Amino acid sequence: MSSIPDELSYTKEHEWVAGLDDGRIVTIGITAFAAEALGDVVYVQLPEAGAAVAAGDSCGEVESTKSVSDIFAPVNGEIVEVNTALVDDPSLVNSDPYGEGWMFRVRLETDPDDLLSAEEYTALTQSQT
Amino acid sequence: MSRPTPLRAVHESHGATLTDFAGWLMPLRYGSESVEHNAVRTAAGLFDLSHMGEIFVTGPGAAAALDHALVGRLSALDPGRARYTMICDDRGGILDDLIVYRLADEEFMVVANASNAPLVADELTARAQGFDTEVRDRSEDYALVAVQGPQAETILASLTDADLPTLKYYAGLPGTVAGIEALIARTGYTGEDGFELFVAAGDAEHIWHTLMRAGEPYGLRPAGLSARDTLRLEAGMPLYGNELSRGLTPFDAGFGRVVRFDKPGDFVGRTALEPLKDIPPRRRLVGLIATGRRVPRHGYPVVLAAGGDVVGEITSGAPSQTLGKPIAMAYVDSGATGGLAVDIRGTREPVDLVELPFYRRNK
Repeated sequence: MSSIPDELSYTKEHEWVAGLDDGRIVTIGITAFAAEALGDVVYVQLPEAGAAVAAGDSCGEVESTKSVSDIFAPVNGEIVEVNTALVDDPSLVNSDPYGEGWMFRVRLETDPDDLLSAEEYTALTQSQT
Repeated sequence: MSRPTPLRAVHESHGATLTDFAGWLMPLRYGSESVEHNAVRTAAGLFDLSHMGEIFVTGPGAAAALDHALVGRLSALDPGRARYTMICDDRGGILDDLIVYRLADEEFMVVANASNAPLVADELTARAQGFDTEVRDRSEDYALVAVQGPQAETILASLTDADLPTLKYYAGLPGTVAGIEALIARTGYTGEDGFELFVAAGDAEHIWHTLMRAGEPYGLRPAGLSARDTLRLEAGMPLYGNELSRGLTPFDAGFGRVVRFDKPGDFVGRTALEPLKDIPPRRRLVGLIATGRRVPRHGYPVVLAAGGDVVGEITSGAPSQTLGKPIAMAYVDSGATGGLAVDIRGTREPVDLVELPFYRRNK
């Protein structure tokens, strides 16, 4: 059973969103459930800082040994920072998906309205195993 | 519903991620597939290959029946030796690639890919009509575990009195491993030295646990299908469904050497294959090494870096642990030798063309 921290919000595409409570900049990554399903992550293509994104847009990709998956922007806003440490060490996504394996930060343009709570996301993952 | 192998409970106790593969519930990986891959290259890995098909062809006419049914000359195989061969349809299309072990003068074991095993058994049965032989699909009776890697011989030697140092590559002999009767074969699909052990299904758990205990001091780890796929890709070995298919002949795939026209009697596919033997194929199977980090995958087009004309197609691709770069096998137009790229979801990523294999072990 992979961990699903209570304090984060989630998407159906297995991303997490942190920092909604205390400001306009949120941090985004993929969940432990997603990282385990992918297997060893070998490459992460991140969006460019400064780019505008809309919720649901593909803005990057995650390559593992067996597959490649899109990273979708979970919110509307502007990319303000990307985790360049993933360029040299993509395995951080596997070893610490909610910490060192974060992917990018977005300055919110509008409040997101369709994110999942930890409880809702847990139910989603249980329906997929 | 996928069928479990006799080792399912063992895989679950190792924490395996299980996946459906050719109708079987198989271990994809136990933890990190990169760690499993590297263990096989540097120490040893233990694989459950019980999904493979074991079809026995026995009787006075067994050798002649196989000469007729397959493209190889199995009648020339010495007892105790094995051969890589193929079964084709009458148009020369590849139905499966096989390893055939001659266990005795009148006894052969044909090992088929899981996805094709029922078809191969049916075809062998039909093609053996009129020969004094019996064909029996015994896939259910057998489990197959493989120990592969530079430490494989040391690990196995501690559990058997079989004479492993004299057992050649592509040879197999009956023996006892951990007190269990086994066919011990020096074959594999990883590019390393190693052994495949055919045992009764009921003995699978015992032999697995015994090998793990004996091998752990040497770095033996359980390894799943994900590592098996990247290992065979580095070794340039074809996978049925990727590099081989019914739409391709052995000559198309660069395996014309397995087709033996110098054998007595007719064989299925001869008429279609004979005219092809001196014709250079339009495309050939090559290796590609990506210069960037995105991975070429099955089905992606190979294109000219300048202009984008399609000149081939990726059959298998993966990040290579050993090379530290993405690698792929592809069928590419014979005239295209450089300036290649792969269309990775709309972007042309440059690749270098190399001859296979990507990896060859030091002997």
